[in-house]
Amino acid sequence: MIPASFDYVRPQSLEDALASLGEHGDDARVLAGGHSLLPVMKARLADPGVLVDIAGIEGLSGISETEGGFQIGAMTTHAEIESSALVQERCRSLAEAAGSIGDVQVRNRGTIGGSLAHADPAADYPAVILAAGAEITVAGAGGERVIGADDFFTGTYETALHAGEILTSVRIPAPAARGASAYLKAAQQASGFAVCGVAAGLALDADGAVESIRVGVTGVAATAYRATSVEEALTGSAPSAESIRKAAAGAGEGVDALDDFYAGADFRRHLAGVYAARAIGKAWIRASGK
Amino acid sequence: MAQAPKFIGAPIKRRDDPRLIQGLAHYVDDFNPPGTLHMACVRSPYGKANIRSVDVSKAAAAEGVVAVYTHEETKGIGPVPVGGLVPDAKVPAQPILADKQVLFAGEPVVAVIAETRYGARDAADLVEIDYEPLDAVVDLEAALEPGSPKVHDDYESNQAFTWAIAGGDVEAGLKEADVIVKEKMTNARVAPLALEPRGVLAHYLPGEDKMTLWTSTQVPHKVRTLVAGQIGMPENRMRVIAPEVGGGFGSKLNIYREEALAAFVTRELGLPIKWVESRSENFMTTIHGRGQVGEIEMGLKNDGTITAFRYNVLADCGAYYQLLTVAIFTLTGLMLPGPYKIANMEMNATGVFTNKVATDAYRGAGRPEATYILERMMDIAAVELGMDPVEIRRKNFPDKSEFPFNTSAGLSYDSGDYHLALDRALEAADYPAMRAQQEEARKDGRYLGIGFSTYVEICGMGPSAALGGQGWESARVRVEPTGKATVFSGASPHGQGQQTSFAQIVADGLGIDANDVTVVHGDTDVVPYGVGTFGSRGTVVGGSAVVYARDKVRAKMAKFAAMEFEADANDIEFEDGKVFVRSAPEKSAGFADIAMMAYSAIALPEDTDPGLEETHFFEPSNFTFPFGTHIVLAEVDPETGDVEILRYVAVDDVGNMINPLLVHGQIHGGIAQGTGQALEEEMIYGEGGQPLNASFMHYALPKANRLPRFELLHTTTPTDVNPLGAKGVGEAGTIGSTPAVVNAVIDALSPFGITHIDMPLRPERVWRAIAEKRA
Ligand SMILES: Cc1cc2nc3c(=O)[nH]c(=O)nc-3n(C[C@H](O)[C@H](O)[C@H](O)COP(=O)(O)OP(=O)(O)OC[C@H]3O[C@@H](n4cnc5c(N)ncnc54)[C@H](O)[C@@H]3O)c2cc1C
Repeated sequence: MIPASFDYVRPQSLEDALASLGEHGDDARVLAGGHSLLPVMKARLADPGVLVDIAGIEGLSGISETEGGFQIGAMTTHAEIESSALVQERCRSLAEAAGSIGDVQVRNRGTIGGSLAHADPAADYPAVILAAGAEITVAGAGGERVIGADDFFTGTYETALHAGEILTSVRIPAPAARGASAYLKAAQQASGFAVCGVAAGLALDADGAVESIRVGVTGVAATAYRATSVEEALTGSAPSAESIRKAAAGAGEGVDALDDFYAGADFRRHLAGVYAARAIGKAWIRASGK
Repeated sequence: MAQAPKFIGAPIKRRDDPRLIQGLAHYVDDFNPPGTLHMACVRSPYGKANIRSVDVSKAAAAEGVVAVYTHEETKGIGPVPVGGLVPDAKVPAQPILADKQVLFAGEPVVAVIAETRYGARDAADLVEIDYEPLDAVVDLEAALEPGSPKVHDDYESNQAFTWAIAGGDVEAGLKEADVIVKEKMTNARVAPLALEPRGVLAHYLPGEDKMTLWTSTQVPHKVRTLVAGQIGMPENRMRVIAPEVGGGFGSKLNIYREEALAAFVTRELGLPIKWVESRSENFMTTIHGRGQVGEIEMGLKNDGTITAFRYNVLADCGAYYQLLTVAIFTLTGLMLPGPYKIANMEMNATGVFTNKVATDAYRGAGRPEATYILERMMDIAAVELGMDPVEIRRKNFPDKSEFPFNTSAGLSYDSGDYHLALDRALEAADYPAMRAQQEEARKDGRYLGIGFSTYVEICGMGPSAALGGQGWESARVRVEPTGKATVFSGASPHGQGQQTSFAQIVADGLGIDANDVTVVHGDTDVVPYGVGTFGSRGTVVGGSAVVYARDKVRAKMAKFAAMEFEADANDIEFEDGKVFVRSAPEKSAGFADIAMMAYSAIALPEDTDPGLEETHFFEPSNFTFPFGTHIVLAEVDPETGDVEILRYVAVDDVGNMINPLLVHGQIHGGIAQGTGQALEEEMIYGEGGQPLNASFMHYALPKANRLPRFELLHTTTPTDVNPLGAKGVGEAGTIGSTPAVVNAVIDALSPFGITHIDMPLRPERVWRAIAEKRA
């Protein structure tokens, strides 16, 4: 488990980092927590010539309130997100997803920016990003742009990030007055990655009817997706355990699911329904209490 | 010993722990003699392939590369040693580097020697090997079908060996039966995965014509004798050191290609050669365990009495044998009757070559397989007969008055009280309450299950004749001039904690403090020739050798004391650092004073030589047979297939306990590993023979958060096979746990009509079994 040799730079500013990436082109990779990148380098599945470590750049890390929500810097670790009171209060599903990633060591090093840029089909955050309707800010040579959650994940290990861009932050909108969310997953027993992970975020109106709901599913298909049929079925009326179960069954239906030795496609589709029901149910109970 | 033991039986903390926890221990990889060169192996990516050509020119020219070896340069090295064979076994010679064909993914083809580890690894990528991939043999049953691809082109088929054991008359027993239950079961191939992978450092000094070989092994003397033989060196020119060894679980009870390779290369180059296995290599090239698929037939009377038990099994050998590949399967046959009176038994085993790394000893080694199928069948039979799983077991136990108990498989169980262990476990678990809890839960739509395993296992390997040689162990005890004592053990502990327990044994016999006793092992230049640590023999056999060596030293010291006090040597007592005359305690001297007398030798007792150093080779008269009852309460989520263990109660009878803390440590780890096999672990191969889950990202080891707090209890039935009365505990947890966990899951699923699911019970398997019944 020894990587091929590579050069290493540690720029102190975003401008320098972007310049470095521009200079080395395809040969360069951004290094954040290293917990996805270094394993593939050690297995010699990737051998970038230059690693551009963005840990030294000020302002890329931390969680802060913004108008209409809160913002998480790309270099914020899973552990920081998991234990942040602000995240727990505003977006419980995000704290739950962060807390369910791998193990303590992974959570202490791995970053949200790295996880999103890597876009592993079994990563936890994508489900939450979709369910929360988050916005992702990226910086490139031409300046900054903001990508909506629904446009960000484009394929297995593929995102809307362009070559040479750096993901700088994630913005999570504020929850509605009677809004809540939850994230639940079936973890692969070895890695802890999601075999199926479902995040549900919903808002109830004064009568208890579902005003809005978003359900994100990860681990099941080649790319994380929104279970729109489930969302539609539940919007507009007051849910019950039974109606949630019925609607949630659609979370995996017709999905071109991943299939490996650990979980076949049919099992994954089945799990999507089970976990959607449980996550929506949990979010509903949380919202009802408000 | 006249006085009550002070240290034996005390829960003293392991001496190893502070250095292990603080990272102060020295494993093979921590030794770096000046000039060390590093070895990297280029390995087959295919299950089976022809090697059309090997071009090492680019690698050889790479910066820092010192030498590159292929089959051609290393063909003089003897093949990997194998033992424990059965008469009709076909024995393929396992070369050090593959020649014309590779037969499993991970098989080494080229070795690159370079100045740095990175350089060696980079240069390995420059070796060009032209392979012609061939059909691989993966599945055991398909392997024996006519027309199957073959592992070895020059053998007629993939049948490696046949072996049978029988006692009584199974056909007659089946005729006598009221019911016959049958099932097909798998003990999946699992990886031992010691946390420290293998590693070798070989250093030949041409001037002295001496080699030191540091290797992460359980059997340093075997390595010395056999590797010296492979490279044609007198074994007394070779010193093998097993430094700190980070676990073995049987996987390091072996002689591997890289040991001979490093030894060969250091002799050629005269510089130290180091190779440290990566985790991927560990998954692919260190032996695996288990690997059995078999059909079981069991006859019973309506009252639960077993009349016959038959196991027809296919045994996965891999492409080549390692040291004990074949012998491990025979242990399954020997323990097939388990703790029950089964008059008629037989096992018919067929060894099968596959394009995989060899199987061999993995914690329990053959016995977990036997215990698993037997304990599963007990539950299946109980369901069939409408009996409680406890009652059917009780029905077939021998009574304690029947010991030594002779089994139909030809063993004599030394001592036991199986009813007592079961009673204790039932009481601790509160079995009736557990059943009530299960009832209640079912009303709420929850699926709880209770699983039993009443096991007996074979330990203290073992009498030399029964093992086919080398069943003894050695120890030397030296009392130093200053009154400190040093134990030199031929056993080679690698995490079990004998540095502590052997000190306890010696301290009690000599009446000194355990902290004044140092235990040395794992260095063939320092300790007497030894056998090693495996088969739960370290304390049972190795510790017994310590007892006798200690007593010889004590007797000699008593002579010096008797001379000093003008007393009879039989009247000398050792206690609290003092040596005194029992009938006249005022005649007393410090332990160190008597020790110094023996070394100064100014005066010597009659017929007595100077010095205080005695050696003993202990040959046990029989194996030992620990036993116990494990009870598991588990819950299954039928929607997700998840299994959660809610309670784990174990009563293990391991005879006398030298140190209960160490005993518990062994049982904890054993239960965890056995649970891993039950729920998670399995090596999975693709059609081409490539392992699909050869990494910790894919292969699940049981983690602490998947396990409950263990409730551990004991009964104590000593053995008279050895002076300690100890039975061994290294493998009990692994053997007892696997069936208990599976039985609990199956019991939970009984409302669905499920009677068996093959291990590992991963969520998908459990879910599928339920879905099938629901459909
Ligand atoms: C044992 C183990 C278990 C794990 N279990 C889980 C799990 O259960 N769930 C889960 O979701 N994940 C899991 N992971 C992955 C973990 O969450 C990683 O930390 C995360 O995926 C990557 O984050 P990182 O900061 O380590 O990124 P790195 O590894 O440094 O980078 C990953 C990729 O993203 C790029 N990148 C990083 N940051 C940026 C940026 N700001 N802008 C643009 N590109 C960037 C890099 O160039 C690289 O291609 C596990 C990892 C390990 C090792």
